[in-house]
Amino acid sequence: MRASYDRIIAFVIALGLLVAGAGLAYAGPYEDALAGFTTDDFSDTADAVNAIAASGSPLAGPLIEALQEGRLSFSAKDKKVYIKTKNGALLDAATGKPAEGAAPDDIEAIRLNNRLRGVVDAAVGGLTLMASDPNRRYDAAQAVFKSRAADVLPALDKALAAETNVRVKKAMTEARAAIVLTAEDSSVADKIFAIAVIRDRGDQDALGLIDGLPADQPDAVHKAALAASGKIQSTLAIWSTVQNAWYGLSLGSVLLLAAIGLAITFGVMGVINMAHGEMVMIGAYTTFVVQEFIRTRNPALFDYSLAIAIPLAFLVAGSAGVVIERTIIRFLYGRPLETLLATWGLSLVLQQGVRTIFGPTNKDVGNPSWMSGAFDLGGITITYNRMWIIVFTGMVFVALLGMLRFTRLGLEMRAVTQNRAMAAAMGIRTARIDALTFGLGSGIAGIAGVALSQIDNVSPNLGQGYIIDSFMVVVFGGVGNLWGTLVGALTLGIANKFLEPFAGAVLGKIAILVFIILFIQKRPRGMFALKGRAVET
Amino acid sequence: MSHPLIRMLDRGATLFLVLLGAFAIAIPVLNLLVPPGSALHVSTYFVALFGKYICYGLLALSIDLIWGYAGILSLGHGAFFALGGYAMGMYLMRQIGTRGVYANPILPDFMVFLNWPELPVYWYGFDYFAYAALMVVLVPGVLAFVFGWFAFRSRVTGVYLSIITQALTFALLLGFFRNNFGFGGNNGLTDFKEILGFNVQVETTRNALLVISCLALALCFLICRAIVTSKFGKVLVAIRDAESRTRFLGYRVEAYKLFVFTLSACMAGIAGALYVPQVGIINPSEFAPGNSIEAVIWVAVGGRGTLIGAVLGAFVVNYAKTYFTSGILAPYWLFMLGGLFIGTTLLMPRGIIGTYYHWRANRTEKKDAAVPNAAPHAAE
Repeated sequence: MRASYDRIIAFVIALGLLVAGAGLAYAGPYEDALAGFTTDDFSDTADAVNAIAASGSPLAGPLIEALQEGRLSFSAKDKKVYIKTKNGALLDAATGKPAEGAAPDDIEAIRLNNRLRGVVDAAVGGLTLMASDPNRRYDAAQAVFKSRAADVLPALDKALAAETNVRVKKAMTEARAAIVLTAEDSSVADKIFAIAVIRDRGDQDALGLIDGLPADQPDAVHKAALAASGKIQSTLAIWSTVQNAWYGLSLGSVLLLAAIGLAITFGVMGVINMAHGEMVMIGAYTTFVVQEFIRTRNPALFDYSLAIAIPLAFLVAGSAGVVIERTIIRFLYGRPLETLLATWGLSLVLQQGVRTIFGPTNKDVGNPSWMSGAFDLGGITITYNRMWIIVFTGMVFVALLGMLRFTRLGLEMRAVTQNRAMAAAMGIRTARIDALTFGLGSGIAGIAGVALSQIDNVSPNLGQGYIIDSFMVVVFGGVGNLWGTLVGALTLGIANKFLEPFAGAVLGKIAILVFIILFIQKRPRGMFALKGRAVET
Repeated sequence: MSHPLIRMLDRGATLFLVLLGAFAIAIPVLNLLVPPGSALHVSTYFVALFGKYICYGLLALSIDLIWGYAGILSLGHGAFFALGGYAMGMYLMRQIGTRGVYANPILPDFMVFLNWPELPVYWYGFDYFAYAALMVVLVPGVLAFVFGWFAFRSRVTGVYLSIITQALTFALLLGFFRNNFGFGGNNGLTDFKEILGFNVQVETTRNALLVISCLALALCFLICRAIVTSKFGKVLVAIRDAESRTRFLGYRVEAYKLFVFTLSACMAGIAGALYVPQVGIINPSEFAPGNSIEAVIWVAVGGRGTLIGAVLGAFVVNYAKTYFTSGILAPYWLFMLGGLFIGTTLLMPRGIIGTYYHWRANRTEKKDAAVPNAAPHAAE
């Protein structure tokens, strides 16, 4: 085994020497092309690049790479081209060996302009089409699709014939279609076929290519191009709708997460908790502390940091909620406006407290590996953190719904929501339920903070950004009904994202606020209002 | 039934007006006539500061009128204040004329900077003080009327109303932050030169503005007193305490609330208009929901439903703010402010003046109880 390895290496070295030797002995297309670099003329350089790319010489790759990176120089006097290696050595481009003697004094870097850069990129594309890494081949095919350099066509055909990877093969077919379509001498049938291939690609680049065709096409091609353009546009429109819906869903789930705790406390107790945003902030800071702890003690656990932070955040924010209820809110029942002011004051205290402890700057909370990155789904890109937040919100919502429906505490909470006096008469300790409800709402806000720490800046003002939006969700969805909150959050999230493209982010938001102000006129108690006597209290 | 004027000017109100008058005379005298070296001299810094407090007092008064007497808790009154301020700011911007950095005869500096081709239509007329003064009252008034008309007609009350007023000011905040709104965007309006031909920077103008602010406060106070001591005011209190019952008795609750809400917004607008030349800037941060809520706490601290208390609260809280935020205690100011919110609502829900009234009422009650056959004192 060892011996055969050595033999192969020896063979390769021998081959390399042979090629180099042949290069020295006979001036091949590669060596001829090199002369084109020494004239300091852009069109000569372009021709030289194309000739070198087509030469098939093993030196072509490093040479063009050097040109792309500005490491290729020439000497007009000696008619020689030099490659400067990354560590500063000077190679003779014709042989690939270190240049003999001192560097000539008129050595000068070969200049590139924008057109030339396109030519070079295309050449690189052509050369890397045969690379062993499928991802590099794919990128090369995409580069060819964009450059549409006709010179690459032979290389592309060769690569296409050898290609086995389906994804790369598709990209190469598309690249080939792009070249065929833009080449002037292709037949009408070839062009129409190419249009079909590009139409199936269906993205913005494809649309640009087809719409950018010169006007003097044969009728049949022109017609096919028009049809394809329409088809691509409708595909793109569908994908952009899907994209908006996805973003809206993502925003909606964030809103839902932030608002759902508020909906519970407001629904059950009629209490407006202005410090709700600060409970979210506390949750986010809990995540920060957990991650800091893991970083210093056991970095291997980092991927589990969120799993640890979620129950902790629930406990920390939840117990803060119980304490707040016991010390402040319970003295203010029946005075909702005063509660509002007191909790606002509390939010100021909590913000300033966190600012004093952790400092006013943003804290760095990292994404675990399973939450970073993205994948493509059809025409849209989905980031893992957004996706997991949607999933997580769904889980929290279902868990909460189940808790309210099937547990003793849930039953008692619903009883207190519907009729406090009657619930008390039936032996439910309403004061205890109030404290637990407030704790539950705050705890869920804490969990929301864990999720938000993954997509937002963790700073003392984190909660402030969500409080008004959360109120809008609760007011819009109606009080005392989780489904109302769900529908409210998703509606507002999606509406926001659909308004953004043509109204801008800020105007879109203003439009939503105005809409809610008007909506509340029509249905003062929200979409899913409680009916019956509870309304008038 | 006593004469309306006597009812309006009870002992507290008279005392307040006398103190306010003394203040309006004393500060300019101590600033302009007493030489700077004297211990009694009041520096121009304090003149501007007190002028600012008076404007805050007027804002607090307008909030007390609706919150203390009609039970409408607006968390967006800062929006009306800021709109009045912007109307005045626009007039002051027009007065700069060619003295701006770009010396453009027609466009204010920020419009030149942002390449506006011409003056937007809504800036027309602000060259004239009378028009600007009208807008100071009209813009907040119309907004409050439209908003209130929708809100009260559909019986949006309590915390729901508070939240949508907060949404209103938040929406305005976002809007005014935009450059293409035509109000200077993030930077707002500033760099003012003169008002009615008087340089806004000089001492005499500052003192005059202080006196005018005091006059405006006194006038608005009298209007508020006239309202709350009239039959109209009694209906407002009835609405505050039992809205449905008042409606069943045949009163058009919406109309009462709408009137008082609009009036209050106009007053807030005047406060804003007087505030801007004294601080020399108006920018979108005045619309921040936090500012409006802070104004509500002034009222709560001073005593809700007492009018005098609102002004007192504005003075006390803002003086504390100036005092604490400028010293070594600055990082703790938000703790204090937050504590003030909690403490006032929990421990002193009547506020300073309210607690005093309550204590006095209790004392008279005890005295009355000592006299046999005395008429039972009306509950507060």
